[in-house]
Amino acid sequence: MKAVNGTAGLNGIAIGPLRLWRRTNAHMVFASDVGPEEELRRFEAAREQAEEQLTALGDKALEKVGQDNAAIFEIHRMLLEDEDYLEAVKSVIKNRGSTAEYAVTAAGERFAAVFSAMEDVYMRARSADVKDVSSRMVDILTGTAQGALHGDEPAILVADDLSPSETIQLDKSKVLGFITRYGSSSSHTAILARTMNIPALMGVDFDDSWDGRMAVLDGVHRQVYLDPDDQLLAQMEVRRWADQERQALLLELKGKPTRTLDGREIRLCANIGTDDDVEQVLRNDAQGIGLFRSEFLYLEEDHCPTEDRQFKAYKKAARAMAGKKVVIRTMDIGADKQAAYFHVEKEKNPALGCRGIRCCLKHRDLFKGQLRAILRASAFGTVAVMFPMIIDIREVREAKALLAECRAELEAEGTAVGPLEVGIMVETPAAVMIADELAQEVEFFSIGTNDLAQYTLAIDRQNPQVVPLADPHHPAVLRMIRETVEAGHRHGCWVGICGELGADQTLSETFLRMGLDELSVAPADVLPLRQYIRGLNLREEP
Amino acid sequence: MKCFTYTVTNPVGIHARPAGLLVKAAKALDSAVTVECGGKSASAGKLIALMALGIKAGDTVSVTVEGGDEEAGFQAMKQFFQTHL
Repeated sequence: MKAVNGTAGLNGIAIGPLRLWRRTNAHMVFASDVGPEEELRRFEAAREQAEEQLTALGDKALEKVGQDNAAIFEIHRMLLEDEDYLEAVKSVIKNRGSTAEYAVTAAGERFAAVFSAMEDVYMRARSADVKDVSSRMVDILTGTAQGALHGDEPAILVADDLSPSETIQLDKSKVLGFITRYGSSSSHTAILARTMNIPALMGVDFDDSWDGRMAVLDGVHRQVYLDPDDQLLAQMEVRRWADQERQALLLELKGKPTRTLDGREIRLCANIGTDDDVEQVLRNDAQGIGLFRSEFLYLEEDHCPTEDRQFKAYKKAARAMAGKKVVIRTMDIGADKQAAYFHVEKEKNPALGCRGIRCCLKHRDLFKGQLRAILRASAFGTVAVMFPMIIDIREVREAKALLAECRAELEAEGTAVGPLEVGIMVETPAAVMIADELAQEVEFFSIGTNDLAQYTLAIDRQNPQVVPLADPHHPAVLRMIRETVEAGHRHGCWVGICGELGADQTLSETFLRMGLDELSVAPADVLPLRQYIRGLNLREEP
Repeated sequence: MKCFTYTVTNPVGIHARPAGLLVKAAKALDSAVTVECGGKSASAGKLIALMALGIKAGDTVSVTVEGGDEEAGFQAMKQFFQTHL
């Protein structure tokens, strides 16, 4: 058995034999035998044919992936009508005496290069669209027929690259998943595969010996296993089965509100630990990211992450969520998460030590770097920031002052900054007791139930002797939550839960009755919870 | 010639689909529409050139409508940007 990594993965798991597929290269000559007039005529005829093909593909896509995604093929058609593109092709034919197919290739390469050179990954991904249209034209002009993407038996397709138009034609009964050497998660191919729910792995270095071998493709963990042993196969079968269950749930619940039978609605978001988890958030149809833990950036290397590194991670999440809210929690270093470069002295009781906002305010330069990164990302979507471990109104005011300072600096530098909602984590009994005052400083509260229970019940989460005593349903904890909601609402704040308790279905009804506005849970918990809440009726007596 | 500035709020900026919509809307007018951003400009009727501007959310663009029924074109473009971008 051999495991190989990929750089980007989509959807779930595929198990089956691999099938290598290669695009047939068109046989092309440069010099025209028939002269420019005839080549221009050939070009026009091919363009008409390509437009017909694209219209048909668009219709197919409409059926398979809906209007928004089908628009990809309309863009392809528009590329063929673009004045600059037409001008480029015609000038090569006329001035260089080339064949139409050569001119199309040259123009396609030129415009693909324009996009490849762009800074933005989304724009870079557009070069694949230009190449797709260009190879369609070349195939038509040279009469090249591409080999079938599918064999007779279901298999995992392995190819250097798949274009959007190849992807939309994949027959799911024959293609269990696909593996490509190139491609990115921002490509139209990835968008289509995501909607069609085809497991995929991109950026995989494969060779010819893979053809026909048995494999497991794990799009979630971005790995492919060649010649898997029985144990792994059994494990993966179970996961695939669970995945299919969830997929059925997704089809049923996707886009539907998380609303009880009597009409009470709650926002259901997901918690993530790294920017790579965004994929799971989208797959599970969460309404936003209720908690983006930023610690991973601080723990992945032995030095503090640069502002740009952080900005990239936040921006990726903000863009991928396309307007849905992303709540970024500032670094919660300390307690059980230590970074050597903070030089935190060994603490006897780290849970009560220099962590969360205390650590942020102590390392102001690092903190400002993070705030600047978050502010810069706010120009790319709907972003909110929240501060952890608040016990005092002064901490909130200090953090907000630093935020204002960063905003002013960025504006003076001419850097784009968007609107940014500001909130706090409510996870200490102190914060609950002064929630009325805190609510006047911020726009939202997010209740961290894990720490709130630990501090309320005086139970160390790291101490196995007392952990069994920690009852998150303890009335003291639930009253803390209720008081926080009420205080928040009195001052116009929305209030959510981002701790593990949010996913506890035995409490969903209690939370809804308390009036919580949002629950943010692990991505895999989103749909089961939505299903559960949609079956509740608050009018019935509890 | 009529001109307005607009700050793009569409989270994906002007790429692919939004650009396609803009090209269609601009071609439907009898005026020439030019989009300028960061010192570069492109005709709103040209898809590749428009996408190559790489306009992102938060960027401020200036839009110029020239020739034909300028007032109608100006209103239509303003409306389009506010709705889609």
